[in-house]
Amino acid sequence: MARAVSTQRKTITTAVAWLLGLMMFFPILWIAILSLKTEGDAIRAPIEVLSSVWTFESFGAVQQRSDYLKHFTNSVVISFGSTFLGLLIAIPAAWAMAFVPGKRTKDVLMWMLSTKMLPPVGVLVPIYLIFRDAELLDTRVGLVFVLMMINLPIIIWMLYTYFREIPGEILEAARMDGASLREEVFFVLMPMAIPGMASTVLLNVILAWNEAFWTLNLTAADAAPLTAFIASYSSPEGLFYAKLSAASIMAIAPILIMGWFSQKQLVRGLTFGAVK
Amino acid sequence: MKVRKSLYAATALALVAGGGAVAEELTIATVNNSDMIIMQKLSPQWEEATGNTLNWVVLEENVLRQRVTTDIATKGGSFDIITIGAYEAPIWGAQDWLVSLDDLGDDYDYEDIYEPVRNGLSANGSLYAVPFYAESSFTFYRTDVFEAAGVEAPTEQITYDEFAEIVAKVHDPDNGVFGTCQRGKAGWGENMAFVGPMVNAFGGRWFDMDWNPQLTSDEWKNAINYYVDLMNNYGPPGASSNGHNENRALFADGKCATWVDATSAAGYIFNPNESSVADKTDFFQAPKQVTDKGTGWFWAWALAIPASSGKVDAAKDFLAWATSKEYVELVGESEGWVAAPPGTRASTYANEKYLSAAPFAETVENSILAANPADPTKDPVPYTGVQFVAIPEFQGIGNYVGQQIAAALAGQQTVDQALENSQTFAVREMTKAGYIK
Amino acid sequence: MATQHSRAAARMMISPAVLLLLCWMLIPLGLTIYFSFLRFNLIMPSGNEMVIGVFGHGLRVPGPEDFSGWENFYWFITDPSFQAAIINTLVLVGGVLLITVIGGILFALLLDQPMWGQGIVRILVIAPFFVMPTVSGLVWKNMFMNPVNGIFAHLAIGLGMEPFDFFSQAPLASIIWIVSWQWLPFATLILLTALQSLDQEQLEAAEMDGANWINRFFFVMLPHLARAITVVILIQTIFLLSIFAEILVTTNGGPGTATTNLTYLIYVSSLLQFDVGMGSAGGVIAIILANIVAIFLMRMIGKNLDA
Repeated sequence: MARAVSTQRKTITTAVAWLLGLMMFFPILWIAILSLKTEGDAIRAPIEVLSSVWTFESFGAVQQRSDYLKHFTNSVVISFGSTFLGLLIAIPAAWAMAFVPGKRTKDVLMWMLSTKMLPPVGVLVPIYLIFRDAELLDTRVGLVFVLMMINLPIIIWMLYTYFREIPGEILEAARMDGASLREEVFFVLMPMAIPGMASTVLLNVILAWNEAFWTLNLTAADAAPLTAFIASYSSPEGLFYAKLSAASIMAIAPILIMGWFSQKQLVRGLTFGAVK
Repeated sequence: MKVRKSLYAATALALVAGGGAVAEELTIATVNNSDMIIMQKLSPQWEEATGNTLNWVVLEENVLRQRVTTDIATKGGSFDIITIGAYEAPIWGAQDWLVSLDDLGDDYDYEDIYEPVRNGLSANGSLYAVPFYAESSFTFYRTDVFEAAGVEAPTEQITYDEFAEIVAKVHDPDNGVFGTCQRGKAGWGENMAFVGPMVNAFGGRWFDMDWNPQLTSDEWKNAINYYVDLMNNYGPPGASSNGHNENRALFADGKCATWVDATSAAGYIFNPNESSVADKTDFFQAPKQVTDKGTGWFWAWALAIPASSGKVDAAKDFLAWATSKEYVELVGESEGWVAAPPGTRASTYANEKYLSAAPFAETVENSILAANPADPTKDPVPYTGVQFVAIPEFQGIGNYVGQQIAAALAGQQTVDQALENSQTFAVREMTKAGYIK
Repeated sequence: MATQHSRAAARMMISPAVLLLLCWMLIPLGLTIYFSFLRFNLIMPSGNEMVIGVFGHGLRVPGPEDFSGWENFYWFITDPSFQAAIINTLVLVGGVLLITVIGGILFALLLDQPMWGQGIVRILVIAPFFVMPTVSGLVWKNMFMNPVNGIFAHLAIGLGMEPFDFFSQAPLASIIWIVSWQWLPFATLILLTALQSLDQEQLEAAEMDGANWINRFFFVMLPHLARAITVVILIQTIFLLSIFAEILVTTNGGPGTATTNLTYLIYVSSLLQFDVGMGSAGGVIAIILANIVAIFLMRMIGKNLDA
């Protein structure tokens, strides 16, 4: 039941919301504009920037220097790979914690989250040695594994909170009908948890896509994703605003577009059990 | 196409002494400097000629240094060719982390490489990295700004005091031209590269003969006070976050009247495609003060092969190509002679085409030949290196001192405090490493 | 209700995750603790090595001959930057939490109002969350806060003012600003979802009772949001304690130690000075501190998150 709202109030709310929304978005909009300018124009005052010529030359220059497609493919493989592998391991764990809770369940969950507090910079050398001797340096497999481990606690926690919202009686009923555990999980539980799973996947793909420490330090040429691609434009000689903007747009656009198209799912599921 | 490729491969086989017939895939790590980007652009010619392929890892300088050091120190073997500087080459060579490069083939002209450059990249009498380009430092200035202010450019080496007087006269922020731009961004290869030679000029040194840090000496205090005053009065805003690249962009954009920095930037500043001041720039020596020793730095970017690489022969072939006389020629013809990699080979400086395209050539050559890392200071020191100290501990100390000086420049602490902190840190590190008993 | 059988099944289902996380935690942590007691500098190797048989051909690590006792911990804790790093870490985490929670509540309240084009506004607001930390650091540093060519400098000059030099005058505040920009959307999303689940009738009842807007906010909405706020604080704290990329690409921890947090200090020790022994000691200290924060958070969450 919607309350009656005066048109005047709605107008003001709309204006304020749009203003703030545009302010939040402005930095991204601005690099999109700069990426379509020449290097010389990109450092001018805003008004002069807008009135100068538009060109795609920066994108061309970036593509000439770096193999965008290779980095892009690596990013996709690594972020989706780590998320789905994580999901595979997290679903049974979250199911067990949600439907067969023990005294220790909450502690286990908190312990899992606390593994995320290991500062990556402090354990780079041990991991580097392990990767060297396991021959995982500069491989996608290695990165998929590392990012899966980093995000696993978050995946388990998110799934746990969704599973808990599913009434136990439904599962009970399925069991009465003679459903096996596997059938129970895949045919009863999964369909009900789809919205939650969708937002889990989305959030973790975003986190993996943007992870910039491990992806830069454990790769060289073969497995380097877009985070490494950006590192070669960060502070080059001479004027670089336009090329940096173009490279930035190329690095964030795929995930931004995916995020926009799926924002309904992301928003619906992103509760971490905060909503009862 | 396939036939042609294999033909090239066959030729390559004949060229590379002892090289395998299999086409290799090499991973090369380089810094995102413009000379390296040109190398990346031209390298398909080598790939076609040899059938080998190159995978490029192009990173910003600090990231590259950290990434490559981690890999080489743990013998990770991620890279076949790495780009390193004059600081790392002798240290890593002595550790046996690099492949010795004394046998790049009969065609490779070692004698043509300047002796100081070769010495700077050698350890125990072996060459461990081949120079891609080398540089010293000198002062860039804007002829039009000097003229408008009625200042005559010096012809002899001036003192820093005289330099400050000139800077004061040409400082014109209302018209968007700052008196001087110098490095302020913290880092041993950033602000300390400028500060180091300046301290040398003021008669200071990093360590005495017993490795005791000298950072609270009067010489250091005078030099750093001079630097902070100069930058605060006549520098651009935000100087404490400007490194070489930021200043290069500022100067090329016409925002600086003077700039003491790498001679290798001249190719960029004098290139009308890159810089708006190409026809309004000239240069004079980096200033002196109480001494003229160690007032211009010495640096080289060089290519090397980690001992952990499994593709040494193909990598050597690339190194021989990318640092050869022919490569300099190739850059000159395709990118314009002003962009040719400077400072490494006598043949470059004997080439009429280069000399006529690069008005700065002779000064650069003299500065590089004059830089003497083995005798950099007024008082005797136990180390080599002009703007750095060639010991492994220097990176840490240089970075810390750089941070402290940047904080003093940003006005967050006094110069005395900064040097006090630096001294404490340096003593700590040298004690930890066992230099000070 | 749960049978013996289902308990066993549950244990089986949870064990892969627990085992993996245990390995992930114990192996690097074990090595880190081991290294923290060694004199281990990457660029000055002692040559002592030992092999642990973990993988086919074993894991080569420095040998125990270089044992150095508590020396690394001593050097890390007496590092002149250590105290500053602890304070900066707390200020950074606290500052960002404050901005994002308050900002997030305000944004959520606003976006919950009826308006035209709500979907588009929501897209605009959440966009920063998709931007990688390196990119946002670089963009803010160069295109916005640069005192010569940045957009703020151009605006200041246009208004006849001196451009403000963000990274030397207010370095930590600038970093807090950049990080907050990235995390504000996350807080907004969670708080908005929570707000939308609020029972409208409850609000209307309060309105009938004569509660004004402020009372409705403090006595109906805020208690309802408590759980969501704890979740935001918990998740963000985990990520904010190890903020690194934004500092690396903007200030490098400076000027001085103004923006050096604990993570960055460990980076300086182990990957700039390559003193892995001391860096590892720093890592161990950071883990202990992070766990203290974790226990503190768990207490807080425990109250709010119990079913």
